[in-house]
Amino acid sequence: MRDEYVLILGANSDIAIEIAREYAKNGYNLYLASRNINNLKKITKDIEIRNKVKVEIFKFDVLDFEQHENFYNSLPKKPIGVISAIGYLGEQKKAEKDFKECKKIIDTNYTGIVSILNIIANDFEKRKKGFIIGISSVAGDRGRKSNYIYGSAKSGFTTYLSGLRNRLFNSNVHVLTVKPGFVATKMTKDLELPKNLTALPEEVAKDIFRAQQKGKDILYTKWIWKWIMCVIIHIPEKIFKRLSI
Amino acid sequence: MNLLSWGMYPKINSKVFDFYNEEELRLIIEKYNKLIPYGNGRSYGDSALSENIIYMKKHNYFLNFDENRGILHVEAGVLLSEILEYFVSRGWFLEVTPGTKLITIGGAIASDVHGKNHHKVGCFSEFVEEFRIMLPDGEIINCTKESYPDLWKATCGGMGLTGVILDAKIKLKRINSKNINQITIKTKNLRETFEAFEKYKDYPYSVAWIDCLAKKENIGRCLLMVGDFADDGDLLYKEPKKLNIPFTFPSFSLNSLSVRAFNYLYYNRIKDEITQQKVDIDTFFYPLDAIYNWNRIYGKNGFTQYQFILPKEKSYDGLEEILMEISKSGEGSFLAVLKLYGKENENWLSFPLEGYSLALDFKISNKVFELLNKLDKIVLKYGGRIYLTKDVRVSKEVFEKGYPNIDKFRRFRKENGMDIKFNSLQSRRVQI
Repeated sequence: MRDEYVLILGANSDIAIEIAREYAKNGYNLYLASRNINNLKKITKDIEIRNKVKVEIFKFDVLDFEQHENFYNSLPKKPIGVISAIGYLGEQKKAEKDFKECKKIIDTNYTGIVSILNIIANDFEKRKKGFIIGISSVAGDRGRKSNYIYGSAKSGFTTYLSGLRNRLFNSNVHVLTVKPGFVATKMTKDLELPKNLTALPEEVAKDIFRAQQKGKDILYTKWIWKWIMCVIIHIPEKIFKRLSI
Repeated sequence: MNLLSWGMYPKINSKVFDFYNEEELRLIIEKYNKLIPYGNGRSYGDSALSENIIYMKKHNYFLNFDENRGILHVEAGVLLSEILEYFVSRGWFLEVTPGTKLITIGGAIASDVHGKNHHKVGCFSEFVEEFRIMLPDGEIINCTKESYPDLWKATCGGMGLTGVILDAKIKLKRINSKNINQITIKTKNLRETFEAFEKYKDYPYSVAWIDCLAKKENIGRCLLMVGDFADDGDLLYKEPKKLNIPFTFPSFSLNSLSVRAFNYLYYNRIKDEITQQKVDIDTFFYPLDAIYNWNRIYGKNGFTQYQFILPKEKSYDGLEEILMEISKSGEGSFLAVLKLYGKENENWLSFPLEGYSLALDFKISNKVFELLNKLDKIVLKYGGRIYLTKDVRVSKEVFEKGYPNIDKFRRFRKENGMDIKFNSLQSRRVQI
């Protein structure tokens, strides 16, 4: 059994729960961090029964920037990897009129994650090891009227991860950008999603684990989204601006 | 949405409900009728199909494990395969497992499933300590055999028609190996098959594959497989890699010729009368799970399994008559599985009774339905019954004759408002 910890930020999300199960299955201990730690007790128990690994729960609020340094320093043992599964879809229409909603989308999906990952990246760089996985989104590949506030924050996050990968390459720290397409989760439960393009959280988790172990840079999941987005980003703006997709 | 059962027949459109907590489930039950819980879709026919489906598979948390007593507390959507994945290597196995591990705990209780050891230990419900169930009025009951005897007897084997099973405590079995010492006995006819079952009945696990296309004096010839867990301390268990059938076969690929060839080859692959082998859990208990979507070989029109059981003293005559009828029809079954059962339990709709059951797979066609109607008559003549979990076509009249407690079940459903809230295509067909 390994004595290595993986830190999962935003551990309450459906994808994060499956990632936690996947890493535990492969012998990693876990730090699960989330704003609402009550819900984490159930998954902690589940993982401890399935696998004989250690799971610890921490309270973490991505919007409470001031506390990020303390949070990271409070971890009993420094993790060998971190996965950010934090995400807030928000309401596009509301965000267009109400800057509070707009800012919440941006801060949750971008500013807050940058704040905590800066701290972790500095530590990993110093220790010359570790991996950082950021779950971004295909929505960040091109702005669309239906969700461009969320999309632009994810786009910023994707660019951040790309720069981070470039910076940390020589320090032996691996950065993986994950771009899920549709995933059947709590966040999307009211949307009608096309079955063939929609992944299950456990499939996303398996893809992520495999990509991290292989040292991949960018992962689209399901894989078909790589080609879908390839088409979408190549539609000329002249045409794209008229579309509703 | 289009959720299918394992037989891929019938195909209907349903509204599928997910829920994230008990309050959400309560609201769904309050608002809708004609609901039926759906686990992993492995019942063959229309037991888990209805206008409104409650999708249970996401409720797959392990809640507690009492290592001293071997009691595992899990949510209803946990698959048997998940339990094996994490517990075989720690020396635990299921007390009762059916021929597939890809079913949920809720489904195992609702079908009161049985395994190769029924003649020794009985059904799945014998090893359920308690379960929690949400009733039509939204109330949640902690049900044990003693505290709610009627609810227990209606729910174990009750096909999901009494409410939504939320979680259960089940007893696991200690093992000291992931291997089974298996003996295969080859018989020449039905008489020899019965003698072999009797001779080897002290083995905890037994099942026979019957060549149902054999003719005349060979009718009832079989390969009987019996076994018990080895004691070699080898608990290194790994999920085997599964083969996938990536598409549904054209309907004609499984025809009487290919079935005949398969049956011939399967029977003749074993040369000796008695062979011994050491095999692992998956080979012994779950041979078909090795091919992930094996139901697709039957083609897009789907298939059904006909499983009946006859009381012991009449089994020989009944089986002989049925096998002759099948042989005459030329409608071969790819797999025909014969099994000896022990004493019947008290649950109102549990399938097993002391005797022999035969399970036959058929591609859906009008001719097959005609044949099965004929077989129904023979089953009833010999005092037998049909297994709902496999069924997609049995009539109310045939079904209810096999189950003497059916009126208790019907009354209980009515008294508790279950008949309006929870029903499936199947429950409406057989009017339970």
